[in-house]
Amino acid sequence: MSAKKKESTWLMRTYSGHSSAQKSNELYRTNLSKGQTGLSVAFDLPTQTGYDADHALAHGEVGKVGVPISNVADMDALFDQIPLDKMNTSMTINATAAWMLSLYVAVAERHKVDPKLLKGTTQNDIIKEYLSRGTYIFPPAPSIRLLTDVIAYTYKNIPDWNPTNICSYHLQEAGATPVQEMAYAIATGLAVLDATKAKIAAEDIPTVVGRISFFVNAGIRFIEEMCKMRGFTQLWDDLMLTRYGVTDSKLRRFRYGVQVNSLGLTEAQPENNVQRIVIEMLSVVLSKDARARAVQLPAWNEALGLPRPWDQQWALRIQQVIALETDLLEYDDIFNGAPVVAAKVSELIAGAQAELERIEQMGGMVAAVENGYVKRELVRSHMERLRAIERGDLKIVGLNCFKETAESPLTAGADTIMKPELSAERDQIARLQAFRASRNRADAESALTGLVDAARSGENIMPASIRAAHAGVTTGEWGDTLRKVFGEYRAPTGIDISSKAPGIKEREAVIQDRVRKTGDELGRPLKLLVGKPGLDGHSNGAEQIAVKARDVGFEVVYDGIRLTPGQIATTAHEEGVHLIGLSVLSGSHMELVEEILRELKARGIEQTPMVVGGIIPSDDTPKLKAQGIAAVYTPKDADMNVIMGDMVDIVRRSNNLAPFGAV
Amino acid sequence: MGPRREWPEPAALAAGIGRRDRSSVAAALNLLDDRRPEARRRASELCSLLVHGDITAHHMVGLTGPPGSGKSSLSAALLRTWRVSGRTVGVLAVDPSSHRTGGALLGDRIRMLQASHDDGVFIRSLASRGELGGLSAEVWPMSIVMLAAFDVVLVETVGIGQSEIDVSQLADSTCYVVQPASGDTIQFLKSGIMEVPHVFAVNKADLGAVAERTTRELKSAIPRMPDGDWALPVVLVSAATGRGIQELAAHFDAHHAFLSAQGTLAAQRRVHQAMWIMKRLAEEFGSFGIERLGGTRSLTEQLTRTGASPFALHEELRQLLISAYSKPV
Repeated sequence: MSAKKKESTWLMRTYSGHSSAQKSNELYRTNLSKGQTGLSVAFDLPTQTGYDADHALAHGEVGKVGVPISNVADMDALFDQIPLDKMNTSMTINATAAWMLSLYVAVAERHKVDPKLLKGTTQNDIIKEYLSRGTYIFPPAPSIRLLTDVIAYTYKNIPDWNPTNICSYHLQEAGATPVQEMAYAIATGLAVLDATKAKIAAEDIPTVVGRISFFVNAGIRFIEEMCKMRGFTQLWDDLMLTRYGVTDSKLRRFRYGVQVNSLGLTEAQPENNVQRIVIEMLSVVLSKDARARAVQLPAWNEALGLPRPWDQQWALRIQQVIALETDLLEYDDIFNGAPVVAAKVSELIAGAQAELERIEQMGGMVAAVENGYVKRELVRSHMERLRAIERGDLKIVGLNCFKETAESPLTAGADTIMKPELSAERDQIARLQAFRASRNRADAESALTGLVDAARSGENIMPASIRAAHAGVTTGEWGDTLRKVFGEYRAPTGIDISSKAPGIKEREAVIQDRVRKTGDELGRPLKLLVGKPGLDGHSNGAEQIAVKARDVGFEVVYDGIRLTPGQIATTAHEEGVHLIGLSVLSGSHMELVEEILRELKARGIEQTPMVVGGIIPSDDTPKLKAQGIAAVYTPKDADMNVIMGDMVDIVRRSNNLAPFGAV
Repeated sequence: MGPRREWPEPAALAAGIGRRDRSSVAAALNLLDDRRPEARRRASELCSLLVHGDITAHHMVGLTGPPGSGKSSLSAALLRTWRVSGRTVGVLAVDPSSHRTGGALLGDRIRMLQASHDDGVFIRSLASRGELGGLSAEVWPMSIVMLAAFDVVLVETVGIGQSEIDVSQLADSTCYVVQPASGDTIQFLKSGIMEVPHVFAVNKADLGAVAERTTRELKSAIPRMPDGDWALPVVLVSAATGRGIQELAAHFDAHHAFLSAQGTLAAQRRVHQAMWIMKRLAEEFGSFGIERLGGTRSLTEQLTRTGASPFALHEELRQLLISAYSKPV
C-alpha cells in the first residue's frame, strides 16, 4: 500500500429497482452489503408518468423497468431498514419528481427523521425527457414550474439535496456529439437557473447554483470524452461567474455523476462490453480536476435484457478495482499542462459556445425544444452515426467487423438474464387497492383539493404534495390532478429532417428500387406505420427506422411515443398501411403485441403484417412469431438496409408477391 | 403466403360509406389511391355512385397556409369544436414528400385526437407525391368518400401552391392560416398572386400585439367585395388558448349557408370534379391530349354540364384519345 494520502472515492451506485418495493428493498440491502455506497432508484414507467398500477396505460408495464411506487406505504417499504438520514439516494424521476420527493420526505417524517438531513438527488430534468427519454407529462411551461418549485423548496428545506440533475447522458444516447452534449446540457442549466431566479431572493442565487448537478455520459472515444469533461467544467465555471456573478469558486464547480454509454454496448459478443465499460469509466475518473462525484456502470449484458444480481455485482466490482487497487487516487490532475489535451478542450468549448449562441438567439433552450430544433439536430447526428456504422467507417467489434465468434459460455443456456416477476403487476394492484380502501378518504380528498389550489395559484407545489403524501394520495391521483390543471403535451418528433445523404449509396438505391417496384405492383406507394406502444419513451430506434424508411421511399406514419394499442390499430386502419413496425424497449412487448393483435382483429385488419424491434430477449422471438409477428429486430440488427430489404419482402409475401431476397 | 385479396365491389363500398361504416371508408380510400387499371375503373364507378347521393348538407373545408403557421394545432382545435357540436369529421392531411425517393413522413394525427376511441373522427394522411404545395390526383375522390361519410371534411395542406389543383379548387370553403408578423400574405394579396380564400385566420393570437396588428393590416389589404357577395372575414384565433375557434367554425357554417342559398354549392362541386377529370386526363395524355379534346375551357364546360355523369364522360374521353393515339401515323 502506498503511504500517500488518497483522494476519497466517488459514490458507487447501481441503477436498480424492479417488481415491487419489497423486492427492490431486498436488492438494495444486498448491494449495500457488497460495498455499494449510495442508492440509485429505478422507477417503473407508470410511476414515472404519473399513473397508478391499475390504470389501463400501465398494463404490462408495472414493475418492469423499475420499482412501482404508488403511495407513501410503497416508499416506506422501499427504504425498510435503510437509515434515511445516512443514505445518499438518487432517484431517476422527472415529471413526477416533486411527488416522489414528497413521498420520500413523508417517509422520513414518519420515522422522525428531520428532512433537513436527507441527502440525494432527484433527476428532475424535464427538458431531456422531451428530447430523448420521453417520460414527460405536461407542457413545457408548467413542467419548468414544477422543476423550479423543487429547487426553490429544497435549497431552504433540504439543503443537501440535489434538486435537479441536468442530463446530457440521454442526449448522447439519442445521438449527440460531445459538442452537442455540452451545449444542450449547459443551455438546459441556464434555462433552469433563469426560471428559478424569479422565485428566489437575489442573494440566494449562488447557493442555488451550487446545488445544480449534472448527469453525463461517457462514450468509447475516451480521450475526447475526458476532454469533454474538462470542457464542461471550465465552461460552467465561466458562465456561473459571468452570467450569475457567483464569486465563490466552490459553488461554480461542475458537479456531476456518470452512467457510462449504453448506446455503444453490443448484443453481439456481449462480453466485449466489459472492456468498453472499463475504458469509458476511465474518461470520467482519470482527470482529477474533472472527476465524477458518482458513477454508475451498466451491466455487460444490458442489451440482452434485464441484468441479474450477479451482472450488477460485476459492474460494481469494476469500480472497486479502479478505485481501490490502482494508484489513480494518489495523484493530482495528470493532464494539466498537456498541450494536446488543452487544444482539444478549447476546440470543444468553442463548438459548444457557438451552439449555445444559436440557442440563445432562438430564445433559449425551452424555445429551441418547442420549435423542434434540438430534436432535429439530435436525430440528424444519430442518423449520421448509424450511417457511419453501416458504411464501416465507424468500427464496432463484433457488430460490423470481426463478427466471427466461438460459442460464448456466458450467454449459453437458460436463465442468462433476469425474468421480471409475472405476478408483479397483479400483486401491486392488489396492494394499491387495499391501500386505497384503508386510507381516510376525506383526508385524501381534501389533500387533493389543496393540490389543485396550489397548482392553480402558482404557490410552491411541494408543501401541498407532502401533505398529500401523508394523506394517502396515490401517484395516479397526483398525476391526474395536475393533468387536469396543466394539460398534457406531445413533444416534436424531430424526424422531419431533410436527408441530404451525398449521393445515393448502392445498397440504398437497390432498396429504393424495390420499394418503388412493390408500390407499383400493389397500385400505391408502400405505407408503413411506425408505432411506439406503451409508456416507454425511448424513441431513438423508432425515429431512425422512420427516417430510414422515408429515405428508401416508404410513406411513413409516425406519431411519437406513448400510444395505446387501440390508437395504433385505429391508425393502421384509417391510414391503410401495408406494414406495422412496433418499437418496445420496456420489456412489455408480449403484452402489448397481444393487445395490438386483438385491436387489429376488432377492425378486421389482422392480415396487416407486423414487425417488432427493441430489447427483446431471444427466448421471446419464437413466441412472438407464433403469434403472427413477421420479424423481430434487436440491437444485433445494426444494418438498417437489411431491415428495410426485409420489410419490403414481408409486404410482398403478405400480398402474394415473390420476395426479392437478401439485399 | 397471405390470402389473395379480392377487389372490393363499388356498390357494396358505396352502401357501406352511406352507413358511415369505417371499414368501408378505409377500403374505399385504399381503392382510390390504387393506380392499377382495374382499381381506376372501380374507383370511377364508386365516385359516380357517391356524387349522385345528396351530400350537399355536408361541408368540405380546406385549411392551408405556410409551414409554421400552426395549421395542425388549429385543425385539432377545430376538430374538437365540431365534435363538441356533435358533428362527425373526416380529415385528409397532406404532407410534402421527397421528389427523389417518393418517401414521406406523415404524422400529427394523434395530436388531433382527444380520446383514443372516437368513431366520429377519421384521419387519413397523404403524401403530396411530387405536387409541390398542391394536391395529388387522389385527393379529390378521397375527399368525396369522406364527404359522403362525415358531416365535415377538413383538408389540410401546406401553402396555396401554383400547381393546377390546390385546395381552393377542391373544398367548398377555403381558410388561409396566417402567421403573425409575416408580411408575405399581405404582399401576395396586394400583388394579386394569391387566390383569395373565403376566410382568413390569423393564428397565435396569444402573441398579443403582433397578431392584432397583422389582423388589422390584413383587413385593410382585402379587396372590397360587391354587395351580395361573400364578405371575407379575418378572424384572430389561437389554437393554444382556444380563442376565436368557435367564431372561425361559425364563419365556415355561414359560408356553407351562403353557397347553398346562392345555389352555387352544387355547381362549384361540379367544377371541382371537372378539374379532377382534366388532371387525370392530363396525367395520362399530357397537355396535348387536353388540346386535342378542345382545350381547357371547352372541356370544363362539357364536363360541368348538369346531368352527365362526369365519370362516364371521363371514360368516354379516354377511349376517344386512346383510339386517336393508336391510329397508325
